[in-house]
Amino acid sequence: MARLEHYRDLIVILTQKEMKVRYKSTLFGYVWSIAHPLAFALVFFMAFKVVMRIQMEGYAVFLIAGLFPWQWLSNSVNASPMVFLVNTSLIKKVYFPRNILPLATVLQDTIHFLLSIPVIVLFLFIYHKSPSLSWIYGIPVLLFIQLLMTYGLSLMISSINLFIRDLERLTIIGVTLLFYLTPVIYPETMIPAQYKTLVLVVNPLSSLMISWRNLFLNGSLELSLVVTSFIYSLFVCMVGYLVYKKLSWKFAEVL
Amino acid sequence: MRERVIVFDHVCKRYSLYHHITGGIKNFLFHLPSALNSIKNSRYEALRDISFEVYKGETLGIIGRNGAGKSTILGLIAGVLKPSEGRVIVRGQASALLELGAGFHPELTGRENIMLNGVILGLTKAKVLRNLDKIIAFSELGEFIDQPIRVYSSGMLARLGFSVVAHLDPDILLIDEILAVGDAEFQKKCIDKMMSFKKNRVTIVFVSHSMPDVERICDRVAWIDDHTIKMIGSPTDIVSGYST
Repeated sequence: MARLEHYRDLIVILTQKEMKVRYKSTLFGYVWSIAHPLAFALVFFMAFKVVMRIQMEGYAVFLIAGLFPWQWLSNSVNASPMVFLVNTSLIKKVYFPRNILPLATVLQDTIHFLLSIPVIVLFLFIYHKSPSLSWIYGIPVLLFIQLLMTYGLSLMISSINLFIRDLERLTIIGVTLLFYLTPVIYPETMIPAQYKTLVLVVNPLSSLMISWRNLFLNGSLELSLVVTSFIYSLFVCMVGYLVYKKLSWKFAEVL
Repeated sequence: MRERVIVFDHVCKRYSLYHHITGGIKNFLFHLPSALNSIKNSRYEALRDISFEVYKGETLGIIGRNGAGKSTILGLIAGVLKPSEGRVIVRGQASALLELGAGFHPELTGRENIMLNGVILGLTKAKVLRNLDKIIAFSELGEFIDQPIRVYSSGMLARLGFSVVAHLDPDILLIDEILAVGDAEFQKKCIDKMMSFKKNRVTIVFVSHSMPDVERICDRVAWIDDHTIKMIGSPTDIVSGYST
């Protein structure tokens, strides 16, 4: 019992540390974390709406609703190869469950995502839409699913990267490829029929990202998508944990 | 019968040298047969057939040259490493102090780092908060406590680190050459604190190169040479043997 309490405190304190470090010595800490996905949205808006003239109402708010949750995932996953490496001294010197380190990183990005929801609301208002009551249960459900997914990926990548450092580069490429294979900047209805299974079913992130966007834009939550994304997340999380379990006792030796 | 707190039972520790893979997948795949072979063979033996016991309330000193395997022993007790052969049994919470200031972050203030370090070393948040004033007073850092620790000198960092450790209540305390830093006055303070831990029946494992400290503090000393125990016994015997 006392041990559980201590682990909880460890998670809290390490997450707080990440937040503090992120905002220390920057003038506009919070603004930066929102500026990034907003800048992305602007680029895609210019490319697809202004230049390529995509036929779609409210493409800007569509982009925002998809890019913010994606940003959370990609930030956490892209940071994951370094999670254990930057904590070398800790891992070599003190015993504690090492999986708390990636968890703290993922939680920190989760908090950022939550803090960015007001920006989504702002864009909804600009486009004469409004938040829906279904957010009250929809956001926690999707939040939990994405937390599982992100934590699983992060745990897996951070563990393996200690043994095979090439993973660091592969992760960046992988996340970028996945971004274009996931309906974030385009609606799923525009995908050519022959690629539909690949993008919508094989890609473990599609159902989750579509769910987020539908929830933000019109307050709807499709059960089949939620179930699919939950199964994928649970699977990824379990694989991540198994990989971590298998490798973690060697961490202090290879660092 | 005295209670045994730490038991090493014919412990061996070998490290595989992983640099073949960490050198890159490309290298690894291009030289696959030789790479696989060298993984199998290139093992580094850090400890060979070590057996000893530490009893409750006892202070064991570990001496030996650099690279003899002293830190590996502390790592095994702390639970950070696993033995390749043999058994390591540790009863109670080992508070690892293999290094002062575990997890310190240079951008955070002294006060924030006390919190971070305290929780990492096994305290709950509430407990650190309760002791915060005492810890700050012990560190004698004054107004520096609210400065980011990147402006601290190494002596000040050691003070901060030891102040946290001094307020832990571990069953087992592992100390790896911390007395080497800090001024004479601070070193005396550290020794005093260790003596008071000793009085409170905390089991201490103490790695040091300072023979006077070892003789003063330890009840028994193990001399590690060439990855195994060369001698173990009373401080005066071992230290005189080691020094000659």
